[in-house]
Parts: sequence; C-alpha cells; structure tokens
Amino acid sequence: MAASEIVLAGAADRDLTQIDAYREVGGYATLDRARGMGPQAVLDELLTADIKGRGGAGFPMGRKASFIPKPGQNPNPTYLTVNADESEPGTFKDREIMLRVPHRLIEGCLITAHAIGSRNVFIYIRGEYLREFEIIRAALEQAHGAGLMGDVTIVLHRGAGAYICGEETALLESLEGERGQPRTKPPFPAIAGLYASPTLINNVETIATVPAIVEHGGAWYADQGTEGSRGTRVFSLSGNVRRGGNYELELGTTLRDLIYHHGGGLPGSRRIKAIIPGGSSVPVLTADDIDTPLTFEAMADKGTFLGSGAVIVIDDRCCMVQLGLRVAQFYMHESCGKCTPCREGTRWMVQILRKIEDGRAEQAELDLLLDVCDRILGKCLCPLGDAAAMPIASYVDKFRAEFQAHIDAGGCPYKGESSLERVFAPVDQHTHHPTVEVPA
Amino acid sequence: MYDEIQEIKAQYPRTRSAVLPALRIAQQRYGWLTPDALREVADALDETPAFCQSVASFYDMFHLAPVGRRLVEVCTNISCALVGAQQVLEAFEQELGIRAGETTDDGQVTLRALECAGGCGWGTVVAVDHRYREPVRPEDVPAIVQEVRDGG
Repeated sequence: MAASEIVLAGAADRDLTQIDAYREVGGYATLDRARGMGPQAVLDELLTADIKGRGGAGFPMGRKASFIPKPGQNPNPTYLTVNADESEPGTFKDREIMLRVPHRLIEGCLITAHAIGSRNVFIYIRGEYLREFEIIRAALEQAHGAGLMGDVTIVLHRGAGAYICGEETALLESLEGERGQPRTKPPFPAIAGLYASPTLINNVETIATVPAIVEHGGAWYADQGTEGSRGTRVFSLSGNVRRGGNYELELGTTLRDLIYHHGGGLPGSRRIKAIIPGGSSVPVLTADDIDTPLTFEAMADKGTFLGSGAVIVIDDRCCMVQLGLRVAQFYMHESCGKCTPCREGTRWMVQILRKIEDGRAEQAELDLLLDVCDRILGKCLCPLGDAAAMPIASYVDKFRAEFQAHIDAGGCPYKGESSLERVFAPVDQHTHHPTVEVPA
Repeated sequence: MYDEIQEIKAQYPRTRSAVLPALRIAQQRYGWLTPDALREVADALDETPAFCQSVASFYDMFHLAPVGRRLVEVCTNISCALVGAQQVLEAFEQELGIRAGETTDDGQVTLRALECAGGCGWGTVVAVDHRYREPVRPEDVPAIVQEVRDGG
C-alpha cells in the first residue's frame, strides 16, 4: 500500500482534532499494539523505516533513539522531548500537523516513549502558537479521559519567542528555565540532555510519523520515497506562488511538481528567479534547478539542503541584496550572543549589506562580506551561525552581477520597484534607521 | 498568582523549569513585567528578581516596558515580505498614527513587526493578541484597526 499522505492522512475530510474521529480512522489502535510489542521491536521498525528527522538536520530517527541507554544502563530517568518550536522562516508544517492531527502527534509521543522506556514527555511548543497550544491541550485532555496515557505524563511547555530554542540544546536550556543558549556537544542529549538525563529530541513531524511506521511496518515506510529519503514530507510552500500552503508529498517529487502542479505556479506572468528549498538558512537555488527532486541527496548534490522542507519561491521582481539584508537581519536578531563569530558576524553582514543596498559600499566590501561569512561558517557552537552565513554567501555566489551592479551604479538597480522594497525588520523598530555603520 | 505558580512547578522535576510559564502568568496579570511582577515571580520560584529578568529579557514575547492593552504584530519575514508585508505594516502605521515598535498615545494599541510567524503560505500574517489573521492585505487593515479599537 502506497499512500501520498501519511502524517496528514484522513484530515482532509474529518475533524481529527476530536478523539472519536481519530479513532474512526484507526487512531490509537497502533498504540495498543506497540505496547504489546517489546520496546526493541518498536525501535527495530523505526530503524527499518530509515526515517530521517524532519526538523532540519535530517539525522536518522531510529539511530538517534537507539543511542538512548537501555533500562538499567543509566540511573537517571529517560526523557522524550518533542521540538514544536517551529521558527525557521518559510516553515509552517508543524503548525498544520498540530492544528489538524494533534492526536497523531500524541499517539506518536506515547509509542516513542514506550520504545525508549520513557515516562516523561515534554512538548516544547513555540510561544506564538496559541491556537495550536489550545488544540494540543484539548487533545491531551481527551487522551487522558480515554485512559490512553498509561504511566506516561506529557507536559506541554510553551516557549516565549526565541528562534534559537529550536536548536535542540537551546531548547533543553529553555525547558530547564534558563536563557535559551545552546550547549557544547558532547555530551549529546541521548546521554546527558534534559536535567542531565538521557533525552531523545524529535521534531513534531517525525513523531507524528511514528504511528504509521509501527502500524504498517518499517519496510512499508521505507518502500516510499527514495533510497536516501524514505517516506513523505509535509512541504511548506510560500512566497510568489498562487497556492501557498502545506503539501504532504512523497520524497522525490520535483520542485517543479510542487511549485507548478500543487502550488499553481507563479501569479501573473512572473518568472522564477530563485528558490529557497529548505527554509531561509539554506543556500539558494535558481530557476535552472526547477527539476531537482525534493530529496536529501539531490539537494546535497546541488550544494544545498532539504532542511525543514520549506520551499520559498522568489520571482524576478526581487532584489537579492534586499533579500540578503532581510535574511541577515533575522539571524542578527535571533543570534543568542554566546559565540563571537555569530554575534558579531551577523551584525557585520547586516551593516555591509545595508551599505551595498544603499549604494555606499566600496568594491572591497563585497569581498569583505564573503570574508565575514567565511569567518562564521563552521566556527560556532550551534548551527545558527552557519544558517546566517550559508544563504548570504550563496546569494553573492549565484547573483554576483546583481551585487556588483549595486556597487557600480551607487544604488539599487531596481530603483524602488523590487518586491522587497522598504522591507522592514523587527531590529529596525527600535531605531527606525539602519544600525550602526561599519567602522572605516 | 503564588498558588498558580506552585501548581505549575509541580509539573517539572526542577523548579526553575516553571520560570517561563510563571513569567507569562505575571505578564497576563500586570500587562508587562513590572519590577513588582518580577519580584512576585521570583518569590514564588525561590529565585532572585535578577534571574527572572535575565530570563525574561532573552525572549521576545516578554515585555520589560509598558505596552498597549492590545498587541498588533505584523510578520515581515521573507515569505510575507515577498507578498507585500511592508505595505500591510505601513497601512497599520498610517491607520494607528504610530510607527512599528510604538504604542498609541491613549495606551490602547502597540504595533510591532514580528519575525516569521509560521503562516508563510498565507502571507501576510497579522497577529492580534497572538490570534493569527491570514492572509491580510493592506485594504483589510482599517477594519482590523476598528475592531481592535472597539475591543473585538
């Protein structure tokens, strides 16, 4: 049996936020079965399924779960933490999953908790997601009422507005009540995570896939998608496209299929200029890459990442310097300040990009921008620095002529007609003018 | 508030984990995290006010200065910006007579830009007291402002 929808299955024609409706489509039946299986048998199915994490890093979930010490190997309790702190620009799939299939997420939590011998689950949900929080909370109450929790407690913990808390160790710090600054690794969370205890951290979509994997078997799941990218993903499509939204598709579907068939193509007679394939932190693709399959491996071949599965379509009205500036402003705002290259580097990137956009940059500053990117890349504790440097370096790499034109003409060649004209960032609202200049 | 925080504390193996929920409760009560509010949270958690403030200052959703009774936030990250978030933000600025980051003179409404709200496919996303409206176009703004001013 092949199905195009696994995570969102059944949600199109039923209100699966209600436990009765979820049970009518077979919900929670797999939980009973899983609890009848030994934890190792459940883990084996996850290993066979070969599902890679859906949060962005793409680490194989079964392997990560296998790193958790077995009962008796560690004196501390084992925790399962669900990362529902979805904040990567362009990404809104976990929100859809929580809004439409909250019980599938809860069932996934309970099955996974059984597999790793955990009785304590924390769902760390993004603070801005108020409605999603209410829906999960209501679903949890229903699950409690139905006596499904066994000896497991699920605590729904709300964040308070910090992108960095989507990074797993920052999330743990935040959950422990600290400022959300990432930790050094090792030790990895599987050994010393939440409260210095063994902790498995998975994304919402990954956990919501677990019931289907256990229900149909890991081999069934692995049969879908491609060898390097099993199963389906909920792709978030946004930007200059007619029908933005979330589309759960088999991995291996091409960008063309997603953007044109599902998304209805671009409005008007606009042409694709650039495509961000996996959230704002990944290197950009161009219109020439439209036939690239949405897989981990095909994106790696193109020098980019599938990331969070967020595809942002950018049409030919967009000034790439403005895009770079807005992306850099975001990462500057969200840098936690712990590592110098990220804290200072993102600020430099914003300053140089602002000068280029305003036509005040000298030739050497274009190379300085790339130099700053290089001094961030791979030199920070967590991936946020890379997330800032990689896209900016790729914009310069793929659209260098446009950056050059800003310098040559002493201003933006779009002359006020770019789709991002007057783009505004929260960092601007404190000052209403560009941040400090680059020292001469 | 003290009792409510004790209940939340009990959900966690360590007290400090209750700091975000406790700060949220205090903010709901006082509108923003006043020095008194921080002291109350600190007392309930057996922490110092300085610690509570250090945590609160890390997170965008906590207000360490007074804000309006209603909070209007416009996502201006790239997916929304590509479909005109700046025009939506400017429409709010014009309608409310304030700039992003400011509060109306009567203390009723604070307007601010927001980083990616997670509604990218339905931009522009506007959150009114954290309830999402999507998509919002510049022409929708006067009605939203009227509704907010009327207490809706």
